[in-house]
Amino acid sequence: MRAASAPAAVDLLAARLRAELGDAAVVTEEAARRTYECDGLAHFRAVPALVVLPESAEQVQAVVRACRDEGIAWVARGAGTGLSGGALPLVDGVLIVTSRMRRIVQIDLSSGRAVLEPGVVNLAVSRAVSDDGWFYAPDPSSQLVCSIGGNVAENSGGAHCVKYGFTVHHVTGLEICTPDGELVWLGAGHAADAPGYDLVGVFVGSEGTLGIATKVVVRLLRQPEAVTTLLAAFRTVADAGAATSAIIAAGLTPAAAEIMDALAIEAAEQAVACSYPAGAGAVLIVELDGPAVEVAAEEATVRGLCDDAGAFEIRVAADAAERAEIWKGRKSAFAAVGRISPNYIVQDGVIPRTALAEVRAEIDALAVSAGIRVANVFHAGDGNLHPLVLYDETVPGEYESAQRVSGAILDLCVARGGSITGEHGVGVDKADKLPRMFTGDDLETMQLVRCAFDPTGLANPGKVFPTPRLCGEPPRPRAAGDLASQSHEQAGVLAW
Amino acid sequence: MVTAVAPTSAAEAAEVLRTAGADGLTVLPRGASTKAHWGGTPSNVDILLDTRRLHGVTAHEPGDLVATVRAGTPLRDVQAVLGLAGQRLSLETGFAEATVGGVLATGEAGPLRLRHGSGRDLLIGVEFVRADGIVAHSGGRVVKNVAGYDMGRLLCGSYGTLGVITSATFRLHPLPPARTWVSCPVESAAELADIAAEVMSAQVSPSSVEVDLRGTSGTLAALIEGSRAGVDARAETAARQLGGAAVIGDQPAWWGSYPFAPDDVAVKLAAPVGRLSVLGELSDAAGPDVAVRGSAGTGVVYAALPGSTSAEHLNSTLSALRAALTEAGGSCVVLAAPPRIRDEIDLWGPVPGLALMRRIKDQFDPARRLASGRFVGGI
Repeated sequence: MRAASAPAAVDLLAARLRAELGDAAVVTEEAARRTYECDGLAHFRAVPALVVLPESAEQVQAVVRACRDEGIAWVARGAGTGLSGGALPLVDGVLIVTSRMRRIVQIDLSSGRAVLEPGVVNLAVSRAVSDDGWFYAPDPSSQLVCSIGGNVAENSGGAHCVKYGFTVHHVTGLEICTPDGELVWLGAGHAADAPGYDLVGVFVGSEGTLGIATKVVVRLLRQPEAVTTLLAAFRTVADAGAATSAIIAAGLTPAAAEIMDALAIEAAEQAVACSYPAGAGAVLIVELDGPAVEVAAEEATVRGLCDDAGAFEIRVAADAAERAEIWKGRKSAFAAVGRISPNYIVQDGVIPRTALAEVRAEIDALAVSAGIRVANVFHAGDGNLHPLVLYDETVPGEYESAQRVSGAILDLCVARGGSITGEHGVGVDKADKLPRMFTGDDLETMQLVRCAFDPTGLANPGKVFPTPRLCGEPPRPRAAGDLASQSHEQAGVLAW
Repeated sequence: MVTAVAPTSAAEAAEVLRTAGADGLTVLPRGASTKAHWGGTPSNVDILLDTRRLHGVTAHEPGDLVATVRAGTPLRDVQAVLGLAGQRLSLETGFAEATVGGVLATGEAGPLRLRHGSGRDLLIGVEFVRADGIVAHSGGRVVKNVAGYDMGRLLCGSYGTLGVITSATFRLHPLPPARTWVSCPVESAAELADIAAEVMSAQVSPSSVEVDLRGTSGTLAALIEGSRAGVDARAETAARQLGGAAVIGDQPAWWGSYPFAPDDVAVKLAAPVGRLSVLGELSDAAGPDVAVRGSAGTGVVYAALPGSTSAEHLNSTLSALRAALTEAGGSCVVLAAPPRIRDEIDLWGPVPGLALMRRIKDQFDPARRLASGRFVGGI
């Protein structure tokens, strides 16, 4: 049983960090700590023993070293928008919040790079360079608030990753603080290759279990010469899926291809009055970008393919305002579902794109047999599904039904050779589901990397892996890597 | 005595590694041996694990733009299969016989890296055998997937020191209907930097921007891919931007090939694109005739230094180059050198994160049985 003596150790730690970082950086008030009790996945809650808000890499290092010395585990948090509980605190651990590390350290357009502190907001990067004609490609739908450090931890995607890739394709260098408390630069930085193992590649997407990124070097891209956004309305999701497959089969790589089904459209209409074509069983949003001459030809092709697949209305945005109008419904979809259901679960699974129509039918069958509704939003270009499983927590048994349907959807994805998460991460939410995709040997192999970076298991223990591996190193005074240390308070499920 | 074994499955490869472990023997994985001379000299080799019987494209889903390939398959054979469906793996090698596993393990990448990245960016799933004979996987068969650590990235460019890749799943791209090249002369390192910057900041969206130089003068060429009409229009735009001396034409003869011969010292340089003028140091350090070729668009180029050079002279040349490149934020690696001098030179230069890399090797291969000595820091 883990010591309830933790408070004494935490008090010592708080005193040390106040001395090293100043009072303002150390949060001990219970009410203030409670504001950090969850991330975007609000049904997991735990009030951290201590919250620290460092302002620099050196201050992060001071916190991590203090934790190392005291054998106290820690969790890093950016803006807290994650949807898998990756930033869920530990009740007897420290939460290191990067929100005060918001400097854009350097912008070097000649090499197409920016150097960022981890608390920099995703959208701030593109805003900083847009006047010069450049942008930062990864665009998770939380990009107005989510942080680059969190994006690195989760390997965040977004609507445009079908063409541009994920965070890992756009991070070329990192300064990290290892769980040992060393500040280390990894990767090529302003160049494209560096000698040695690709440690940046394995760190991105490791969900805070290998250390904290204290600086992030990202690739900036030249804005495309032209952008065209089409919205095509179909009678069925199957038709919209067929149109997507035809577009891909024609050799086109759209910048985005998104499908919403009737229920998701209904929610968006109620929330933001997006005025999508009446009677649509599905809408397909296709964005094309690149040289103007190519985009014009591709637009004609896409129109023709949508017509062939049974589109009954096609709209094309004439300008940026109309583009925003088309995207408004899609971008609001998750939150909008709150208009048609008191509670819902956002699922994140991946299937081979070509299986979309069949899997959608299977999801429908699951929902019908469970007597609950599922709204569907798909990144159709890459087979990433976001079923929104609706329920009412005041109706006995509904939450359990919703959980069963949500879990069964992941089983469908795995059965098709897909993934249990395309962009939200494993975190605490899906750690128990990782063995559906990987063997014990696979997971043990991944944890060899964990042991190299974090032999004492102090960095975000209890996340990603269902069973922690004991590393072949002598344990520290207090081993914090065991699952028992996870001790979440599960505070029931709240609407959000 | 060195024994060569050629397993036909991951299970057989695992058996080789388990047996080797039990007998305390060391193992060097190899594909077609086109880059066997790259990297450090392996400290000791008892068993050569030949992957070439791990052959064939085992799955290709054209509609999903995904294919799974066994590691010993020559890359050109993969392209032939994919080409039938109008698709390609956007990964290139400078060696005709090179296998997929070898290209990944050495981190080779060709002109298309500007648009599509290198092997680690295209690999979406991997199967490999660890030094202890355990078969492990990561990733999967879908492009978008963040479940678990990405072990494929760790294996790319690892020179066989962490495991033997047995199978790889890739994302594919459609073959473009049309391709054309826009070339222009380059007279100096400073001019190269200016021209590369101009092409990169234009919106013609080249798939590749390559250079072929003697010293600091030669040719820069951009590859434009797309629809027939689109490519023609974009090439004309690019040619206008590059000035009167630019010409539109077919693939240059040197395209995608290394500048070095087997007995040269083969060097790989990486510089920030905005600091490409630092390549001028190369001719200062190595002479005005040094052959340079590679991706100006990503700042990764290759150079051939004479193999007749002494280790002492080479080390001083490398020191000068590394000082300039490190200051600029880049790096300089010796891929290959004649056996006479190979063990006397610092092949890798400064390696960011080396201590963590050693710890990873310690976890994966504590007894140093896999390709020992071939990689950075003697790993």
